[in-house]
Amino acid sequence: MRINCPICGDRDRREFYYLGASDYLNRPAEGDLDAIHKYLHIRENPAGVTKDLWHHEAGCSSWLVVERNVSTHEILGVELASEVAK
Amino acid sequence: MGYNAFQILKEGLTGNKGWRPVWRDPEPKSEYDVIIIGGGGHGLSTAYYLAKNHGIKNIAVLERGYIGGGNIGRNTTIVRANYFMPGNSEFYSHSLKLWESMEQDLNYNTMHSGRGLINLFHSDGQRDAFARRGNMMCNQGDDAILLDRDGVRKHLPYLDFESHRFPVYGGLYHPRGGTARHDAVAWGYARGADQLGVDLIQQCEVTGIDVKDGVVRGVQTSRGAIRAKRVGIVVAGRSSQVAAMAGLEVPIESHILQAFVSEGLKPTVDHVVSFGMGHFYLSQSDKGGLVFGGDLDFYASYAQRGNLPMMEHVMEAGMALVPALGKAKVLRSWGGIMDMTPDGSFIIDRTKVDGLYMDCGWCYGGFKAVPASGWCMAHLMAEDKPHEVAKKHTFDRFRTGHGLMDEEGTGSQHNLH
Repeated sequence: MRINCPICGDRDRREFYYLGASDYLNRPAEGDLDAIHKYLHIRENPAGVTKDLWHHEAGCSSWLVVERNVSTHEILGVELASEVAK
Repeated sequence: MGYNAFQILKEGLTGNKGWRPVWRDPEPKSEYDVIIIGGGGHGLSTAYYLAKNHGIKNIAVLERGYIGGGNIGRNTTIVRANYFMPGNSEFYSHSLKLWESMEQDLNYNTMHSGRGLINLFHSDGQRDAFARRGNMMCNQGDDAILLDRDGVRKHLPYLDFESHRFPVYGGLYHPRGGTARHDAVAWGYARGADQLGVDLIQQCEVTGIDVKDGVVRGVQTSRGAIRAKRVGIVVAGRSSQVAAMAGLEVPIESHILQAFVSEGLKPTVDHVVSFGMGHFYLSQSDKGGLVFGGDLDFYASYAQRGNLPMMEHVMEAGMALVPALGKAKVLRSWGGIMDMTPDGSFIIDRTKVDGLYMDCGWCYGGFKAVPASGWCMAHLMAEDKPHEVAKKHTFDRFRTGHGLMDEEGTGSQHNLH
């Protein structure tokens, strides 16, 4: 599996650290415990196309939103998380 | 059909023509008292114990593929009760006892082999942690012996004792741990459940779960609608998809775990050995293949196959521990889909839909749990209250933070287990 980092180009999977679903970009307000529970634990976990967060740890150190098909390991698109979060 | 030595001799002398299928292939009825979705190890054992322990006779197991074709046929067959956390400790202790009586109970050879399991440690800190774990295991009534370096060398002379990177300080020996024949476990429970009247319906995919006014009414399948008063979802690997059919959201992320087997070799590895520093474990099947694996690939996946970096890591770890492994050829590798929960422990619980229950989140440890999972899920579904040894394994623990069972102590977060 290779990930095409928008800054560094096509790189080996070993350079990246996987965090989890891109739900992590939508942090709920403090105090809403049910929303925080959902944010931390509940996952849609689809058996198809999903978006998740990867850190280019051994590269440019960018956080990336990677669109992948988790049933085939095909990578469909990569964006900088800083762009997605705008 | 019973099995005995005389029958094997007779069949052997007559060309093995007398063997018959050991479970029926029934058409689904329009209604059952209980439907179990998922004909894997856990689903089959749930159906078996519902019939055997709770006297429920009108049960169907619905399987999308074929019996034994999921994770029950894709694991590394290790059976152990060396857990630490309250909740897991009593559950796996119960499970190991069921393993030890399973063959007599099912009259089926599941090739359970209590050959002993050794977890190696490589530092003073790790030794202290394993000593503490061993004490917890003894307090639970199970067996644990702390071995020093020479003690390990007597059992496992083939390890690299000259390693300076990860010197072997000793090991925690769990003599009752071991392995079993994974397919035979599925077949044994399938046969046992069938003999108690359970309908095992293969090639029957559940496509919907009927819920009305918060109560489960039945399921929609590729072979028509089936009504039921109680439905159990026992589909680890596909829990999120099946739960979604009833409008449920679950705290699960699916990950890939790879395993490997070598060509058949003469008996070399007598135990199950785990090497925590390199994320590697090893045993030898009765056919002679070395069966080994490592950690998750660490990204969400349903592909049932992994990527090369983790394969390389496992081989490196194996070579670091047992240099002789380099002489063996790897025959096959495969991957299984793991229902990963945030704390790394499983869930057997009610859902917000009355009559709908879930047994899921087995992470990378479902095989050893097959008997106790079925035992406890059957108890929950029959009595509508959790079994004593599985009562801590609720959905709610993630929301409240109370009673988390994080064996690794890394935190209750999806990517940490």
